[in-house]
Amino acid sequence: MSSPTTSAGRSSRVSSGSRMSARWKDGLAPLCAFIALLALWEGACRLFAIPGFVLPSPSAIAAAAGKVAPGTWAGHIGATLKVSLLGYGLSILVGIPLAIALSASKALSRTLYPLLVVVQSTPIVAVAPIIVVVLGAGDLPRVFITFLIAFFPIVVSTVTGLQATPAELIELSQSLGASRLREYRNIRLPYAIPHIFAALRISITLAVIGAVVAEFVAAENGLGYFINFSTSLFQVPQAFAALMMLVLISLILFQLVGLAQRLLFAWSLPKKSP
Amino acid sequence: MNETPANATETRPSLRFEHVGQVFPASDGSRVVALEDVDFSIGRHEFVAVIGPSGCGKSTLLRVLAGLVRPTSGQVQIYGLPVNGPREEIGIVFQKPTLLPWLSIADNVTFPMKHKYGRVTPQERQRAGELLQMVGLAEFADKRPDELSGGMQQRAAIARALLHDPEILLMDEPFSALDALTRDEMSLELLNIWTQRPKTVLFITHSIPEALLLADRILVMSARPGRVREIIEVDLPRPRSLDTLTEPRFHELANHIRRQVFSRVVGL
Repeated sequence: MSSPTTSAGRSSRVSSGSRMSARWKDGLAPLCAFIALLALWEGACRLFAIPGFVLPSPSAIAAAAGKVAPGTWAGHIGATLKVSLLGYGLSILVGIPLAIALSASKALSRTLYPLLVVVQSTPIVAVAPIIVVVLGAGDLPRVFITFLIAFFPIVVSTVTGLQATPAELIELSQSLGASRLREYRNIRLPYAIPHIFAALRISITLAVIGAVVAEFVAAENGLGYFINFSTSLFQVPQAFAALMMLVLISLILFQLVGLAQRLLFAWSLPKKSP
Repeated sequence: MNETPANATETRPSLRFEHVGQVFPASDGSRVVALEDVDFSIGRHEFVAVIGPSGCGKSTLLRVLAGLVRPTSGQVQIYGLPVNGPREEIGIVFQKPTLLPWLSIADNVTFPMKHKYGRVTPQERQRAGELLQMVGLAEFADKRPDELSGGMQQRAAIARALLHDPEILLMDEPFSALDALTRDEMSLELLNIWTQRPKTVLFITHSIPEALLLADRILVMSARPGRVREIIEVDLPRPRSLDTLTEPRFHELANHIRRQVFSRVVGL
């Protein structure tokens, strides 16, 4: 009577246990590699007595990070996050509608695409000082620089996704006499979701880079500014600490985009092979 | 002509190709003649298979009829009216199932209604359930397409095409992506559906046994330019089954068609 339920319970526990251990292995291997790298770094710094201003050891970086007041960190992190996310949001708001327009109209695509490539081919780092002069002080030039760096992959990838829709589905839509608006909303856009998210993941890291570039050029706070400030005072360990913060922010944002896709569009993820 | 009797639709052809020609511009600037002077009629509830080498314009034939492509010359008529665009009374099944991966099987079947009118009525939902029952997918209604095999997905696509109970069913090599065993099973299932709900069917295929098993008539096409080479009456008795495949007459017809299709290759 009770044996089937217990055996079922046991088997499910076993399978969830093995899934747990698989997840552990997935997370543990890179963590071990990371710790080994840190140890190697620390060891090399001590063994060869590398000066702190050339390559500070991880322990020196941690000590430098501890010396900066938490409020100061929060201020710089908050500033960089704000610019990154505003620029990122703007590149989504502009990039996706632009991609729809480009894929819907051949004439528009022929006209605008070369222009977009020109924008993308221009080194934004070189244009950044000009943008700051034109747009003045404040967050606006920084957000705009971030947008310029982050939006291109979104446009290209979304156009690719919209056009990757199977021709038969478009024919089905046409055979039903459905409008192009519905064709885009019900078929093409959902089909583009995997492509869009691939671009969103690339663009979030680009957005952080964009914010830092903007802060290098003109800012009074933010992690990019803080790195500049620290190196100008030869406080290299402190600059490294700020760099670590940037890496951490990028990693977390990257993971959050992946999480959003898993939560909102689980179907769009590639199936794991058993 | 002016006074049409009530049963006129029974005797009048449902579909008519009138000297249909289709020319496409090729990428190198030349012109590709996909169809040339295609002229034939299909009676109501007749099952017509179209067979021919690849590149003979079979798919173009179907797309012209579906109103997706305008013929460059001649015209296509449905119930005597020229086709100028997509028509309500047509259901299409493509070579690949092309289900939407983010919708359940049931939602995929009702998708045409959702897509066209923005909503699905309870009656349509119920009908989708009945159709899934008919194609043997009742217990998979809530599954996503990628949880089903290729054959099951194609059955769902057939159910989708049948949802609005179309008078005319257009099928573009619907079983060609399936393995041989599933293919035979699907052919028999299609015969079963067609017997239960008679429809005018235009069935594109490159399988001679499949065409013989299913069709009342077979249109053999030749390639470049795509033309109707011969129309063959399939006089095999109905109901047909796997036993039909072993009849001497089946082999006679199959050999005949094979010779027609390959005549250019072997130089007959």
